[in-house]
Amino acid sequence: MSAATQGADKDERIKEISRFRQALIRPELGGIVGTVAVFTFFLLTAFDSGMFNAQGVMNWSVVSAQFMIIAVGACLLMIAGEFDLSVGSMIGFAGMMIAIFSVTLAWPVWLAIMITFVLCVFIGAINGFIVIRTGLPSFIVTLAFLFILRGFTIFFPQVLERKTIIGGIKDAAEGDWLAPFFGGKVGGPIFEWMGNVGLIETFSRGTRAGQPVVDGIPMLIVWAIGLVIFGHILLTRTRFGNWIFAAGGDAEAARNSGVPVNRVKVLMFMFTAFCATVFATCQVMEFGSAGADRGLLKEFEAIIAVVIGGALLTGGYGSVIGAALGALIFGVVQQGLFFAGVESSLFRVFLGLILLGAVILNTYIRRLITGER
Amino acid sequence: MSEPIIRMNNIEKHFGSVIALAGVTVEVFPGECHCLLGDNGAGKSTFIKTMSGVHKPTKGEILFEGKPMEFADPRDAIEAGIATVHQHLAMIPMMSVSRNFFMGNEPLKTRLGIPFFDREYADRVTMEEMRKMGINLRGPDQAVGTLSGGERQTVAIARAVHFGAKVLILDEPTSALGVRQTSNVLATIDKVRKQGVGVVFISHNVRHALAVGDRFTVLNRGKTFGTAKRGEITPEELQDLMAGGQELATLEGSLGGTV
Ligand SMILES: Nc1ncnc2c1ncn2[C@@H]1O[C@H](COP(=O)(O)OP(=O)(O)OP(=O)(O)O)[C@@H](O)[C@H]1O
Ligand SMILES: [Mg+2]
Repeated sequence: MSAATQGADKDERIKEISRFRQALIRPELGGIVGTVAVFTFFLLTAFDSGMFNAQGVMNWSVVSAQFMIIAVGACLLMIAGEFDLSVGSMIGFAGMMIAIFSVTLAWPVWLAIMITFVLCVFIGAINGFIVIRTGLPSFIVTLAFLFILRGFTIFFPQVLERKTIIGGIKDAAEGDWLAPFFGGKVGGPIFEWMGNVGLIETFSRGTRAGQPVVDGIPMLIVWAIGLVIFGHILLTRTRFGNWIFAAGGDAEAARNSGVPVNRVKVLMFMFTAFCATVFATCQVMEFGSAGADRGLLKEFEAIIAVVIGGALLTGGYGSVIGAALGALIFGVVQQGLFFAGVESSLFRVFLGLILLGAVILNTYIRRLITGER
Repeated sequence: MSEPIIRMNNIEKHFGSVIALAGVTVEVFPGECHCLLGDNGAGKSTFIKTMSGVHKPTKGEILFEGKPMEFADPRDAIEAGIATVHQHLAMIPMMSVSRNFFMGNEPLKTRLGIPFFDREYADRVTMEEMRKMGINLRGPDQAVGTLSGGERQTVAIARAVHFGAKVLILDEPTSALGVRQTSNVLATIDKVRKQGVGVVFISHNVRHALAVGDRFTVLNRGKTFGTAKRGEITPEELQDLMAGGQELATLEGSLGGTV
């Protein structure tokens, strides 16, 4: 029996799998179902609450975009087989560094932002190096950094300014060329036009009378969309994306096939840190201040969004689009409960439930792809 | 015979206090199937791992096409033309066949100056190569996890051949396979050898080795007893060498020579 004769005819043992099942075998499924469910729910229960007028939409879009920015980093890192629990602390740390550089040390804001990016991405690289050099689980290594970074975030402002919140960044950023890329808004004229023709409401009183209630899309949202597109293309359309899947699927097999696994993992830690810093910079520019408690629990929210988006905690499988939908679900529910007048603590109950549901669904999908193993 | 493609000269490998290899010399010629036999823990996997750049030899030298070579990592060996199908870790089950097939060798196409992974090309080639090997895929995006053990081995072999391997190393490709799948893999080895590739075939099954092997090297506790040509050695002699001589003789009595 030669290899060529066997199976040259159509294999009778392969059942045609139905389109439905085929559609099921994709990481985004949970995210898509969840998004539809969540929107249906709030359209039915909270339509009149203002959640779906221009201001309301902007409200949950901004919150979703925040989740998205950190979810993209966490998603790629998780697919590459690692975790980063220091994301939340990194957000606090990055924001504090920008504040210290620009306010306490009175550096130009653009320089403060750039140095902070370099510093934070470097810390991400250290995370990665420790993980690949020691072979320790990234869970433990980044847990250490969760405390280290948070500690410094409280320590520095205490020592330098004798307080835990540093303000005055808005004044410092006045006229800066880089700050608007994080704190500015785009599309102002379009919204003005929409206000004029009555597509969106305008203020009827006060100093801003006649101006549209939404005067532009915050850069935060632009960053979120940009990062999602970048992450999605990187993962699915490039050689590096294949390496990310391979590194997380089985590092040893990938290494044996010539994939530079260590480089991939370190770069993903750096990218996660980059995303956290983008988040922090946008937040600092918006609030005009940095607080020592910023970003608390964000690492878990990022991971939950990623898992809702269909990624496996064990690595090697997942989708950036899925993670973005996970973040959208998050934002819509968190703000939706507020609009619907539901006690906000119930949001946590919802989180726990949806996380559980997502993990169970993912396990089922994984069995489908790998053929019941 | 012609020049060997690769010559492993007096290779030693120590893992701390464990001496896994104590001076092993093996040559591989183009178009031959060189069988590496030996019992569990004899050092076969360790030996081919030094050949494929996973381990650095503690002592000894590697001559590739006559020139001394040092492989810093598997990538170097792959670039030189040494493809390896490892015993356990050859494929990633969660990834599609086509992504696995091109893992580490992704074809690129440039759009707007950015190199993208050419998935159309990858999918097309994967389907073609699989058809040549007699495996009908549902589609190039079928996950490797849904393939049988033999099919996975075949994918790994097809991949190695496709990327122009001069030496193809197979670490126990038949040990987990059934009769039919084994014969498929052996037929594939035969096909590959005829294309002029030097095949290193590891097995502890003497019958599988004799079915395709041109030359045989037996490893025992990190040492070799030299290399024998096909026809110079009987299956019984090979069997005895693998077990290190006498023990098997006593065994054979009670088992009636069925081992
Ligand atoms: N990374 C390692 N660290 C320490 N010892 C090792 C390592 N790899 C192999 N060894 C030891 O080297 C010896 C040879 O192992 P090897 O895997 O090469 O055997 P093998 O001939 O491939 O056996 P099998 O037929 O079971 O695959 C064994 O005693 C093993 O314990
Ligand atoms: Mg072995």
